[in-house]
Amino acid sequence: MTPQELKAAFIEELIKVAPDIEADMVGDDDHIQDDLELDSMDVLNLVTALHARFGVDIPESDYPQIATPALAVAYLAKSG
Amino acid sequence: MESIIRKDDADRAAAALADPDAARACFDWQEARALLTGLPGGALNIGYEAVDRHVAQGHGSEVAVRWIGKDDTRRELTYADMADLSSRFANVLAAHGLTQGDRLFALMGRTPELYGAAIGTLKAGLVFTPLFSAFGPEPIRTRMEIGEANVLLTTASIYRRKIAAWRDEIPSLKLVLIAGDEAPERCVALAPALAAASETFEVAQTEPEDRALIHFTSGTTGKPKGAVHVHQAVLYHAYSGRNALELTPGTIYWCTADPGWVTGTSYGIIAPLVNRVTMIVDEAEFDVERWYGIIEREKVEVWYSAPTAIRMMMRAGAGAAAAFDFSSLKFLASVGEPLNPEAVTWSHQVFGRPFHDNWWQTETGGIMIANTRAMDVHPGSMGKPLPGIEAAIVEREDGTLRQCKAGKIGELALRPGWPSMMRTYLHEQARYDKCFVGGWYLSGDLAMQDADGYFWFVGRADDLIKSSGHLIGPFEVESALIEHDAIAEAGVIGIPDETAGEIVKAYVTLNAGYEASEDLERDVRGHARKRLGPAVAPRQIVFRKTLPKTRSGKIMRRLLKARELGLPDGDISTLETDET
Repeated sequence: MTPQELKAAFIEELIKVAPDIEADMVGDDDHIQDDLELDSMDVLNLVTALHARFGVDIPESDYPQIATPALAVAYLAKSG
Repeated sequence: MESIIRKDDADRAAAALADPDAARACFDWQEARALLTGLPGGALNIGYEAVDRHVAQGHGSEVAVRWIGKDDTRRELTYADMADLSSRFANVLAAHGLTQGDRLFALMGRTPELYGAAIGTLKAGLVFTPLFSAFGPEPIRTRMEIGEANVLLTTASIYRRKIAAWRDEIPSLKLVLIAGDEAPERCVALAPALAAASETFEVAQTEPEDRALIHFTSGTTGKPKGAVHVHQAVLYHAYSGRNALELTPGTIYWCTADPGWVTGTSYGIIAPLVNRVTMIVDEAEFDVERWYGIIEREKVEVWYSAPTAIRMMMRAGAGAAAAFDFSSLKFLASVGEPLNPEAVTWSHQVFGRPFHDNWWQTETGGIMIANTRAMDVHPGSMGKPLPGIEAAIVEREDGTLRQCKAGKIGELALRPGWPSMMRTYLHEQARYDKCFVGGWYLSGDLAMQDADGYFWFVGRADDLIKSSGHLIGPFEVESALIEHDAIAEAGVIGIPDETAGEIVKAYVTLNAGYEASEDLERDVRGHARKRLGPAVAPRQIVFRKTLPKTRSGKIMRRLLKARELGLPDGDISTLETDET
């Protein structure tokens, strides 16, 4: 997948978890908790969704590495 | 079953309450009163007890708050700094014409200003109401309406997104304070106002029965309830903080609860400051390695957290904890929902000390039943009543109560009279009166007491949902759902979740012209999240053609839940139309 495709897929999963977010309002450096207001249960659901879609296991200690779309794209590219 | 964790003599000797059973037998509130100072003429003020008296008694240079920002910035506030900040805040309120008995609502993240404002509000004699900053606009507005808010303290971002649109519809609201240097139109920026204010303030001579705090809690039907607490509550904050949480002067203490909930105020602001501890405040949200790092670096001694966070630590595994030094920890406690026995045993292995579960509610204002430091821990039990508290398991029978024998499940009841008990539900005396039968306060929780005197939580006696430790009223969620154009009816229940305890699930029927689809599900969930915020909105929505209802048209949540859990339907004699 290209970084663009990864980003689109990440945002798609993000919005499934938190459909109050509008896709075109999400910035690359928006923090999913501080800016997009996901709570910790949302983050767990997002991790589960990313696992189902990309087959990546994201341990708790790596959660900071998916905290923004830009970080997540880099992380998923590396893990995928 | 997990095995009992026995305490040794050293643990018992070090405990604030070395022999809880003996203390229970000869308890006297007069002794607890020695933890307070008081004001001349019998006046009592929580803000004064928490901060100013320590300065007057020569402890101004001790650290009250050690704050860690999201970006790891650190700030230390001594008791003298807290006295200064809170006095300035009280002067800002006075300068805007606010007086004793007026009501301030706080809605912001965990910053030093929030803590100074809470104390300043109390020193000024105003009533402090914290709200959870992740609430959506709907729960915020409902609570500000019921509470007739006069002042709102918030941030520019929250104000623009959640408040500005309906600010003028709260007629009581006189002042909006915005944390930081700049404020939107018709709001006042807090930082310059504090800088301009005097650092001295004469504490309001509040009477022990004057209102101090209003905490909102959810009901199964109707609007949220505002539980009113008075300045006298500080006696119980001081006493229970000392005896249930080991808060002695100088202790390094971390309560991970947000002040937007009652735990984060009673034990995240008042009890620790009254007991002159050093509080750790972390602005950031849960992150397992960050948390372990804080315990190690700050040498946290007493740690008060919640089951959802503890279960998240368990998910991360013992390996994530292995690199950290937890030797500073002396006592660990947990509240919010029952702590499962596995989590107690796990924490004992990983941290070298077990989490001690305790039980209380918004209404009780403080910890009622606890596993204290000297007590052997029966994993899964909430412990025993603190000395001074009388608890029992009761059963209702023809309008009277009967006490249950050991081992029998009934409703957990408390004998009223402790200082931090709520004094009423705001504007809802009838709902308040309904909580009391035959001289007992009925908690709404089902529990059991074993032959050794330990209490065990069983479930809620009503439809309230406990998710990540937060009590959620199904009615509030249903009301927001049916505001969506597509939704005709909604029934909301809690379903078990291994991390959050329960999560909110909604069953909905659609108006004519709408078809169930994945897009619609997402649209409705998005609507609910915008209105209610992520903590309250349903995580799952399912579409039904009809919902199970009684003859009077009431949706039978109990039946939805029994079916969700694969349990028998139970008594369905009142069922008129069934679920399809």
